[in-house]
Amino acid sequence: MSASKEIARALTRREMLREAAAGGLLLAFHLPALGRAAPKQGGAAKGQFAPNAFIRIDPAGHTTLVMPQVEMGQGVYTSIALILAEELDADYAQVSLEHAPPSDKLYGNPVFQLQATGNSNSIRAFWIPLRTAGATARAMLVAAAARQWRVAPGSCTASSGQVIHPTTGRRLGYGTLIEQAQQIPPPAKPPLKNPKDFTLIGKPRQRYDTPDKVIGKTVYGIDVMLPGMRFATIAASPVFGGKVARVDDSAARALPGVHKVIVADDLVAVVGDHIWAAKQGLEALAITWDEGPHAQVGSPEIWEDLRSASAKDGAVAKSVGDINHALSSGERYDAAYELPFLAHATMEPMNCTVQLKKDSCEIWLGTQIMSRVQGTVAKLTGLPLEKVIVHNHYLGGGFGRRLEPDMALKAVRVAQQLDGEPVKVIWTREEDIQHDYYRPQYRDTISATLANGKVAAWKYKVAGSSVMARWLPPAFQNGIDIDAVDSAIDEPYDIPIVHVEYVRAEPKGVPTGFWRGVGPNNNVFATECFMDELARKVGKDPIAFRTNMLGKNPRLKAALELVAEKSHWGQPLPPRTGRGVSAQISFASFIATVVEAHVDDRGEVTLQRVTCAVDTGIAVSPDTIVAQLQGGLIFGLTAALYGEITIENGRVRQSNFNNYRMLRVDQVPDIEVHVIASEEPPGGIGETGTTAGPPALRNAIYAATGVALRRLPIDRAAIARGAKT
Amino acid sequence: MPEPKQLNINGQQRTVDAPDDMPLLWVLRDLLGLTGTKFGCGIAQCGACTVHLEGKPVRSCVLPVSAVGSRAITTIEGVGATPAGARVQKAWLDLEVVQCGYCQSGQIMSASALLASTPQPQDSDINAAMAGNICRCGTYVRIRAAIKRAAQA
Repeated sequence: MSASKEIARALTRREMLREAAAGGLLLAFHLPALGRAAPKQGGAAKGQFAPNAFIRIDPAGHTTLVMPQVEMGQGVYTSIALILAEELDADYAQVSLEHAPPSDKLYGNPVFQLQATGNSNSIRAFWIPLRTAGATARAMLVAAAARQWRVAPGSCTASSGQVIHPTTGRRLGYGTLIEQAQQIPPPAKPPLKNPKDFTLIGKPRQRYDTPDKVIGKTVYGIDVMLPGMRFATIAASPVFGGKVARVDDSAARALPGVHKVIVADDLVAVVGDHIWAAKQGLEALAITWDEGPHAQVGSPEIWEDLRSASAKDGAVAKSVGDINHALSSGERYDAAYELPFLAHATMEPMNCTVQLKKDSCEIWLGTQIMSRVQGTVAKLTGLPLEKVIVHNHYLGGGFGRRLEPDMALKAVRVAQQLDGEPVKVIWTREEDIQHDYYRPQYRDTISATLANGKVAAWKYKVAGSSVMARWLPPAFQNGIDIDAVDSAIDEPYDIPIVHVEYVRAEPKGVPTGFWRGVGPNNNVFATECFMDELARKVGKDPIAFRTNMLGKNPRLKAALELVAEKSHWGQPLPPRTGRGVSAQISFASFIATVVEAHVDDRGEVTLQRVTCAVDTGIAVSPDTIVAQLQGGLIFGLTAALYGEITIENGRVRQSNFNNYRMLRVDQVPDIEVHVIASEEPPGGIGETGTTAGPPALRNAIYAATGVALRRLPIDRAAIARGAKT
Repeated sequence: MPEPKQLNINGQQRTVDAPDDMPLLWVLRDLLGLTGTKFGCGIAQCGACTVHLEGKPVRSCVLPVSAVGSRAITTIEGVGATPAGARVQKAWLDLEVVQCGYCQSGQIMSASALLASTPQPQDSDINAAMAGNICRCGTYVRIRAAIKRAAQA
């Protein structure tokens, strides 16, 4: 159904990880040893009821829920709290939330077996573990009350933090029961609620994190302030793999407020009394770089290498039927689709605050990988793991960028040349854009034959960098990046003969990483663009062409039919205006999207309307699902309209929002999202809009102009040249 | 070192030792600990650092502190004390505009200044006032709706 299951399966095959899995979430009823530490990240205090790593109740009945996944805007704190509180029957209005400390054992994501937030799988991966954690605690509290009342536990209920005995009307608050509850052995398999009895899940609720965010009170990593703190900014080698040759720092050191200039292998840092001094100091440096082996690399060469790789046979990821025979019998259609490097450009630039002492290292940041930050810093410093204390914060955007620990490692390397005082290292926006782990360039080729107005055979090959091979090596097996081919393997249509290949092609001198939408970005784009081209070959309406091949996928078919109705599909439009559709199963959600766009005679595109229908199973926080699709669509449409990182002389050419453009409010039309009611388990949602937007926009341009674009971002000149009006 | 500067921030007099060319953004954040105002780009392209100067929105990342003088500075920490700011913050929560929230200080400052000067903004007013504020999470649809909601409150 998705890469998540594939990843989990690949990992469980590995002996080395089996132990971690067995000691994982459901069996782990220990609590971290860390004391209560600011900001809001701690462990159980004496006298609290802590039946598992997620729930603590104190004698006053105050309930604390510990968040195993991080909040980067996707609303996951609220959703996790709702799930835990639902099965616990907690008084939701009174619960407080804490960031989890680093621990794969206690808080590892069941898919990655690592404390990581990504792949739109927080709710999917934790749905049963969190419900079970809540239900376990509830069962123990109910049993404690029943014992006190000398009644059968089955005759009791619970609600809003109280156990109730309905026949006698007796009630006991959870806080008064904790001593007895601690004596109750946790049930092996506590019953979970029937979804029809949910009182919190699926109901509208104010998000937990937003009230502080509208008054400027939320502390992101970049906002951490410590007594005696220094401020620093850095310049890493502008060519990846380069090093510092020499630095003339005489002008910088003469500036008021500049404390120290640090040279550390491939980076230079200026430490000052405030960021302004550090920034002025950095600009005053004369740095000579030893640019290393990638000094001549440029985008044309990288594309050439990728195209050559794409011409080779790949590792076979899926094969149903005899593809060679099928493609040689009947008229064959071919297309290649190309996607560029992309930066993440989180609004909160990369930053990390460090206090490194002789025997300990304390880190403050917002990260999607708590335990990996701790582990890599321990390795870098040589400190034991428990001496590296990581404080997590709200993230000012993640989008996959904060799945890397580089900002922490660089900050620690700066701190290694200080005398134990805390230092906050903030990257400039230019440093952030030019030292990213970029979404890989992809080239996806498809060959297909048609029969009776349907696709008869389908050969799909992905060529591109494997992020998985670097980031989670055990999940990269047999030469296949299961993320890069995720939605190619899981294509939704009834196609009798399907063959999927993957060619790993690493770009010279450009680091790659996960970017919101990950593998499905390239798969959904290529598949949905080609579907529109094939529909045109057989003279069929794009939606009718698709629904005719969705017999095995009634959920996606229903989404397509709903989006057709809500988008006024088929109704006349003015000249040079088109509607484009995309359909996808990604992250175990079923989504159909229609973009309506106008194209002017210069090829400039104006978004006019976006309509989306989604079946994501049980909707834990329905309004958050709408918000994630609205935002995800804008994220994807931004990339389709503007996003491209290019390389020249080994350097990233783009530097800030003036040349790495973003959609702005005046360019964004109404985005209507229709959530389809479902009783299936929850699907993923955070990245789905991002994969949905680009093909729908491209197909709208195709409908408006007849120009079949095959690469992103859209080429306005090509549209203007080719447009048939 | 230049003379200490007197700044009027959220109705309070604050004294800072800052170089003349130091942008107000870093004075607020690093010298005064008012971290609600955010650094996003440093070149007045994203609006995350927006504050009010005598009620007018300005990009504090490019405003030298020496240019402020005695003019009243309002930040996200203080804008809730103004009628427009309070209405905007409430509408932001009512419609759940916020996702990661990092840009929202600036969005709210721009929106509050708009409503204070244009109590019933048209779409074109919203476009003009808000196009300088980037939101990477893509909350624009709700920002527009929330400004309209705040205008009716």
